[in-house]
Amino acid sequence: MEVIHPRDLDEALAAVAEGMTPLAGGTDLMVEVNYGHKRPERVVALRRLTDIADFESTRIGAGVRWRRIEREGPRALAQAARTVGSPQIRNAGTIGGNVATASPAGDGLPFLAAVDASVELTSTGGTRLLRWDDYFVGVKQTARRPDELVTAVVLPDGLPERQEFAKVGVRNAMVIATVCCVVTRWDDGTTTVALGSVAPTPMRARRAEEMISSERSPGEAALAEFARLVSEEVQPITDHRSTEEYRRHAAGVLARRLLERCLRREAA
Amino acid sequence: MTTRTGRRGAVQGGIGESTLRPDGIPKLRGEFMYAQDMHVDGMLWGATTRSPHPHARIVSIDVAPALAIAGVHAVLTQEDVPGPGHFGLEHPDQPVLAGEVVRYWGEPVAIVAAEDEDTARRAAAAVVVEYEELEPLIDPEQADARDEVFRRMKIRRGDQDARGSVVVEGYYEVGMQDQAPLGTEAGLAVPDGSGGVDLYATSQFVHVDQQQVVAALGLRPEQVRAHPVGIGGAFGAREDVNLHIHLCMLALYTGKPVKMVYHRGESFTGHVHRHPARMWYRHEADEKGRLVRVEAKIVVDGGAYASTTAAVLANACYFAVGPYRCDSVAVDGVGARTNNPPCGAMRGFGAVQACFGYESQMDRLAAELGMDPLELRRRNALATGDRLATTGQLIETPLPVVEVIDSLAAMPLLVDEPESPGDLPGGSGLTTEPHQVRRGIGYALSIKNLGFSEGFDDYAQARVRLTEEGAIVETAAIEVGQGLVNVLAQIARSALGVSRAEVRHVDTSRIDSAGSTSASRQTQLSGGATHKAARRLRERILERYEGDDLDDEGVWRGGLLVVRWGELVEESWEETVTFRHPPTEAPDENGQGKMHADFAVAGHRAVVGVDPELGLVRVLRVDTAQDVGRALNPESIRGQIEGGIMQGVGLAVMEELVLEGGRIRNATFTDYLLPTILDAPDVEAILVEQDGSWGPFGAKGVGEPPTISSTPAVVAAIRNATGKALNRVPVRPQDIALEEVSH
Amino acid sequence: MILTFRLNGEEVHARVDYPASLLDVLRHQLGAPGSKDACEQGECGSCSVLLDGELVCSCLVMAGDAEGSEVITVEGVATEGGLHPVQEAMNRAGAVQCGFCTPGFVVAAVDLFDRKPHPSTEEIKEALAGNICRCTGYGAIIRAFEELAGREVR
Repeated sequence: MEVIHPRDLDEALAAVAEGMTPLAGGTDLMVEVNYGHKRPERVVALRRLTDIADFESTRIGAGVRWRRIEREGPRALAQAARTVGSPQIRNAGTIGGNVATASPAGDGLPFLAAVDASVELTSTGGTRLLRWDDYFVGVKQTARRPDELVTAVVLPDGLPERQEFAKVGVRNAMVIATVCCVVTRWDDGTTTVALGSVAPTPMRARRAEEMISSERSPGEAALAEFARLVSEEVQPITDHRSTEEYRRHAAGVLARRLLERCLRREAA
Repeated sequence: MTTRTGRRGAVQGGIGESTLRPDGIPKLRGEFMYAQDMHVDGMLWGATTRSPHPHARIVSIDVAPALAIAGVHAVLTQEDVPGPGHFGLEHPDQPVLAGEVVRYWGEPVAIVAAEDEDTARRAAAAVVVEYEELEPLIDPEQADARDEVFRRMKIRRGDQDARGSVVVEGYYEVGMQDQAPLGTEAGLAVPDGSGGVDLYATSQFVHVDQQQVVAALGLRPEQVRAHPVGIGGAFGAREDVNLHIHLCMLALYTGKPVKMVYHRGESFTGHVHRHPARMWYRHEADEKGRLVRVEAKIVVDGGAYASTTAAVLANACYFAVGPYRCDSVAVDGVGARTNNPPCGAMRGFGAVQACFGYESQMDRLAAELGMDPLELRRRNALATGDRLATTGQLIETPLPVVEVIDSLAAMPLLVDEPESPGDLPGGSGLTTEPHQVRRGIGYALSIKNLGFSEGFDDYAQARVRLTEEGAIVETAAIEVGQGLVNVLAQIARSALGVSRAEVRHVDTSRIDSAGSTSASRQTQLSGGATHKAARRLRERILERYEGDDLDDEGVWRGGLLVVRWGELVEESWEETVTFRHPPTEAPDENGQGKMHADFAVAGHRAVVGVDPELGLVRVLRVDTAQDVGRALNPESIRGQIEGGIMQGVGLAVMEELVLEGGRIRNATFTDYLLPTILDAPDVEAILVEQDGSWGPFGAKGVGEPPTISSTPAVVAAIRNATGKALNRVPVRPQDIALEEVSH
Repeated sequence: MILTFRLNGEEVHARVDYPASLLDVLRHQLGAPGSKDACEQGECGSCSVLLDGELVCSCLVMAGDAEGSEVITVEGVATEGGLHPVQEAMNRAGAVQCGFCTPGFVVAAVDLFDRKPHPSTEEIKEALAGNICRCTGYGAIIRAFEELAGREVR
């Protein structure tokens, strides 16, 4: 058993290139270890790697923890951060970990989809930037190569003026999303809708976006159609947490409510 | 010579006071010793190989790969079980390790002992078992049709042709709840070097563990000593044997102490659950709302082995009508045997399932009659001197159903406006704004037996002895967290007149059984034994010294201290008492008879906020009135009430083990959701005290009633908010958001 | 590997041969079983510790990652012979039943009151939302910390 604490990113990348398992906050990996599903023998611990823990305006280092994003992140990402696990989890878990694990229920991921964020992957060979929809490939599957580390999440310059997040779970705190959703709206009406827990990867409801983006002040009929399209576009499954039917329904309800919140803020 | 004047006051730390629990500080400092924390030098760690199938024939077991791992001392299978090899709380039908067939998902097939926990777990995983899968029987109604049953109940009382003019029918379901005590199963077995073993394991009833170890392994009773140890909660999950026999086998085989701790995932398969139930009800009433006839069929799924299914089913049937009068009753019950996980005891024990059925029916009846739901209940309220609707048993102890209803009705309805997301459905998920919330209020009442029933010889032994430091109460009764160590000491203080008393746990070789810490029974049973022993001791001492009072200083006569405490305890003073509650009997062929020793009632009023469109619920308040006989420690009772209500709320809106083809899909704390502090309702409680129960100082058991009617009260409140029928708990978001409005 | 860190102010060493959690090492090697193991996945808070001053679940900290760190557990919270005010408050309020969740609540509450001596009821609940109690229904726990915060107790 070996755990190394690299002094800088280069050391960390060298370790990953050698096949060592990256460990960030531990909130995903250690669950797998504790339940006997994984048993890494050589681990590179990134918790104290300051090189990837900076939070600049559009570049969130992979090592930035949810606790900080809760306070400093853009509105909808901060709202999402607030729902990640518990205070203990938010003190340990990082946005890079969320991106690397790529769970369909990752609370932070719909925001990245909603704003067309990119994921920065770095290896000893260099850095590449992948748009979110090129990066997330399937359930817990990404385009990251084993020799690469997620080093940052890169947001576009200029974020939508309005952005809202919400998440349905059966308990009032510390719960995996049944459905989660981000809606953003620009001053010109351009609207994005991204959802989690309703498809193998975070997804956008493009037809709904297209329909509503042309509506400057959508009325009841447009809002209802928007919700209907979102419900139609999502691809949820039935599992022990919920049913396909409920997830479709909730996705539409959430998207509409968040859009309404954006519109209210727009009006205010 | 010391003299004193004036009347002696109530003894300090006696009954009625909210004394602080003696184990509070060690628990707060992290110094309290739980079964999980035990350590002896040279001990091995045990682990269990479990079946991945709900039903399969075992073709072969190859232990060689496990034995080949360095540090492994033993890998044992059914062939290595030295005795008859079966156990069970009521019927020994469960193999210590599965032999030819596995009958549920997670059934133990092999056990290992190794030098550390990690090695033990790897070894357990390395045992190669070849299975031939068999079709699992997972539907309890199908089991009923195939006569795969542990027990059938038939209750017939009164005129079977009685008919009412107002009729409501309903079908109800209760999902599989888990006790989920925070401490998982854990234990240590230490061989004594001469063929015997000392067992320190999580338990609610050490004597029955000891008996099952002895019987399963073919040992002599004196060879096995079961010791009470610190445990992290129970709620019924610790009544059955799980790792106990395995630990003793491994310790005796290896000659070394062996420790085993279930991890959470294993715990979900390692202990029994609350029985899922399906219930068909028909209530008939006259125009004034008086119950004329109740018919019910109740099917509970017992899973693969008997455990306490027979008793749980009986309870569900005996309390199928609730705390109401009715003179024409027909109840049929089935305890099905399936290949689902075994079910057994959980707080409320059968009364929980039935209560969801009959209280849902009472609300339907009230709606049908256009009557206030509490008024309907008041009109039918059972009272002392009445007969229980199902069994015909004459109620001889206080039963303040009307008082509970009136207390509830009189409680001010205080609901704060939501101040933060935590007060809204969806909580921090920010799903719901205040204008999207509909408020609902619901009521429910319940009745539960106290102590064991149906002729079971239910007793508890306790010993009180005096030492230099004061009185010691010795018992094998398990402290599960409820405060037994507090209340027994309080009882001893009050009965002796001495303020210094503490409880000490002793093992099965040093005292007779205290019975199980379950059925809300220890305050009455072990409390009764302690009370009697302490009183007798006091009488003997006063008689001996012709005294007229005993206190911390010693024996008094006419205001003079005649024997100082120090002198008094130079002699050995001890008294051991076995306390039995009033005898009960087995039912006749129509389910009639005096099956219960005592009863308690409770009522709940729930207030919920519901987001109907998303189907999310925030339980805001659950107020309660509870029949406690006499409150021996009001703060402890409040703790039982608040905690019990929280478990009832959990069953109402989130707690369910989800099965698929006999497999549990959510055996983790990520997916088996327990309420958090942000889900907790505010609770206001009224303790209804009435003298006359046989418990010490008139006390009744208080542990289970909070969990019984809180569930239907919450569901009634959700129905009130949404107009949905909601015939199943837990109520899921889709049940509210997607189903059609029925009335 | 041999691991070295400071536990409740004292340097300790442990040998880890597999990716054990910090919780495992505390409980099984370092004689500090106060932190409890109840879910192994950060969903109950019973194993809460302060790792370099931050409240975390020790079951989700790989032991090797604690190398060189400062770890405070429930055993390191109280003064010699006395109780931390958080412990005093819980004791007085009857906030302990089975006690298995108690060490986690103590550490989480110490973290809260260190950061914020007079939290609102809502802040108390938010800070303790990662700690599950199965016995009390949380009522006495909330009352304990409302009292400690100098707030009106329900």
